[in-house]
Amino acid sequence: MPHSDTPEPYRYTLAERLYLPLLGGMWVTLRHFVGNLLGRRTSYTIEYPEERRAYSHRFRGHHILTSRPDGSLRCVACFLCATACPAECIHIEAGEHPDVNVEKYPVVYDIDMLRCVFCGYCVDACPEEAIIMSNNYDMAFFNRASSVVTKEELQKPFTYDQARLGYRPRYPEEEEQRARARRELQAGRVDLVGEARRRQEAAAAGPESSKSAAASS
Amino acid sequence: MPTATIPAPPLLDSLPEGSVEVVEGLDQPTWIVRRDALAQVARQLRDDPETQFDLLLDLCGVDYPDRDERFEAVYHLYSLPRAARLRLKVPVLEDDPVLPSLIDVWTAADWFEREAWDMFGLRFEGHPNLRRILTHEAFQGHPLRKDYDPARRWILTEDKIYKPNPQPTGSESVDDMFERMTINIGPSHPAMHGTFRVVATLDGEVIVASEVEIGYLHRCFEKMAETHTWQQVIPYTDRLNYCSSFINNVAYCRTVEKLMGIEAPPRAVWAQMILSEFSRIMDHCVCNGSTLVDTGALTNFWYMFQPREEIYGLLEACCGARLTVSACRIGGLLEDLPPDFEARCRHLLETVPEFIDDVDKVVTKNRIWLDRSVGVAAISAEEAVDHGWTGPCLRASGVDYDVRRAYPYDLYGEVDFEVPVFQGGDVFDRYRMRMEEIHQSLSIIRQLLDRGMPDGPYIVDDPHVALPPKEDAYNQMEAMIYHFKLIMDGIQVPPGELYHMVEGANGELGFYVISDGSGKPYRIKVRPPCFPIMASFSHLMQGGTISDAIATLGGLNIIAGELER
Ligand code: SF4
Ligand code: SF4
Repeated sequence: MPHSDTPEPYRYTLAERLYLPLLGGMWVTLRHFVGNLLGRRTSYTIEYPEERRAYSHRFRGHHILTSRPDGSLRCVACFLCATACPAECIHIEAGEHPDVNVEKYPVVYDIDMLRCVFCGYCVDACPEEAIIMSNNYDMAFFNRASSVVTKEELQKPFTYDQARLGYRPRYPEEEEQRARARRELQAGRVDLVGEARRRQEAAAAGPESSKSAAASS
Repeated sequence: MPTATIPAPPLLDSLPEGSVEVVEGLDQPTWIVRRDALAQVARQLRDDPETQFDLLLDLCGVDYPDRDERFEAVYHLYSLPRAARLRLKVPVLEDDPVLPSLIDVWTAADWFEREAWDMFGLRFEGHPNLRRILTHEAFQGHPLRKDYDPARRWILTEDKIYKPNPQPTGSESVDDMFERMTINIGPSHPAMHGTFRVVATLDGEVIVASEVEIGYLHRCFEKMAETHTWQQVIPYTDRLNYCSSFINNVAYCRTVEKLMGIEAPPRAVWAQMILSEFSRIMDHCVCNGSTLVDTGALTNFWYMFQPREEIYGLLEACCGARLTVSACRIGGLLEDLPPDFEARCRHLLETVPEFIDDVDKVVTKNRIWLDRSVGVAAISAEEAVDHGWTGPCLRASGVDYDVRRAYPYDLYGEVDFEVPVFQGGDVFDRYRMRMEEIHQSLSIIRQLLDRGMPDGPYIVDDPHVALPPKEDAYNQMEAMIYHFKLIMDGIQVPPGELYHMVEGANGELGFYVISDGSGKPYRIKVRPPCFPIMASFSHLMQGGTISDAIATLGGLNIIAGELER
């Protein structure tokens, strides 16, 4: 057998035998304790629900059915979202739309939120941008029936609140950010790689100089 | 890929004519072995100095209802000394699905054989304990057979349930005067990190025998995968090892991409590597944090969970979910990276080490922790290999095997990292291993960031694989048709089969996929790294105390989602 058949456990050093490194550990906890006491918070816990975590605009939360300017649903009941859904939790019943220009509309559009895995496949599948997601994540239900969310509820709550939008095909806010980054890059104002390299060199040169570099920058 | 070639098997001569048929697999050599010759072939493959297949990676069944020999048992072997892979296939008849058990050859076969029995009804002769493992005792039928209706339900009652009563084997040296006690740890126990049940027979505080029951979280991942399209399987893979779901995504997508012969664009690969390494860090943080909290070092749990919180923030900014990310698609990523991706990664590179160093200072050299962990549940390299271990736990026992090094997929061949190895094989070395790997992962990420983000698309530009850009789908007829076709029919994967692996946070995470060209996977088998590790838990615990058992379980990083699928 090419492998060793006896493990060789770690051997304690003298300092470890004497429990000396404990002091270093206590210093760490003391530092955190005092830091937290004096308001320099090092912990990440938040006091939900008073305090809320800020999620990105890509968050995959409660769905939204978007509307046309006249207030009707954009959805044309093409069933693509229901087909793409791996959890099979979208239930659609299609009907003829009174307007001849619009072929169909969903008479029933239900999503079973207890089955949904919030994967976003429905958003990817929709050819009409009729379903998008919001960043609303606190959904609670008292019974199973109310976990099946109907089209009225899907349309209602967040449609016009820009700050509550989540995962969707296009992010206009991101485009702006990207454009800004591109402009800055062109203007030579940011240089991530160069910055990293400088930092690395500073670190290699020794902790003293890296500190002074940080101080000077 | 540097797969060593399998030397012409000298053992073939000593076998009856036609026992072994050599076929060329897409990914690795495949031998079709007759059932009667299996035990001998396996033993020789392990012992022959020319082959030395010492690691049984995976065993699974496959059902082909149209074939004469309906079932196939598929073994995936790996030779650590020769860095070679081999797949054995053993066809068996429906009326007589019996195979010899290979427990004597590889101890790792134990649970794998039970799983194949449970899922396919393959009987392994000579297995000492061939019971169901993932499904309930009272379950009827074998769920992964093709004629088993996926929607079928059973009402399972308590009366047929197996009652474990582990007893020590061998000489009865314990005085009969003292009563033994049998206790249940789990299935719902805070220290079990998931839902497993350990039934332990105690002599005082010492565990003299134990038995592990799993299956409480079995969600039939493999059956469900067969009823969905290839793309739809991705959210399911999130829920395997949910501490590092991104790595599962990547592993699955790479496998399918390989089978289709496509490659993700450089930008996607680059980002996937960075996020995989961050996921590994997260996974190790969870594992070490919970091991420490189980042994009473609560503070470290908080320190360890903070980097995780930050990394979740990054993942959420990339794909919109923290835990179950579904962030990859076959052929790339679900959407482009956020504009501040690099800046966020850099920020993480600065903050994560602080917390890791804090934990390092508090416990690594702390004698109280050392006394709890050094020499506890030690396993030698030889035993670990025999039990089918991989990953950090195997490396903590002194075996230098890391998929990222042995089969440098993606850009791992181009970055500089070390594969740490320790010799103790105990709780302490597993802990140290993970701490060390966190530093290695950080270094990999730093190097990748310094290379700079590659330009270009984030997903392959092939309308048969990736959805066309939304703008086009709204406005162009052709793109619209592709969009519809891809959603309705799914990705068409050519017929074939393939095993592909990545280094998961727990070890070699492999996907064995079979496609019949129908648009849905014919069979997907996950090689869950913690399955063989958990299988040896009883062995590890023999002679330890209950408190050792708890410390050990944390350090093995058993994730129920992956264990039971
Ligand atoms: S998010 Fe996923 S699971 Fe939920 S409705 Fe959409 S496709 Fe279905
Ligand atoms: S939401 Fe979109 S994909 Fe779903 S039925 Fe309506 S239009 Fe089709």
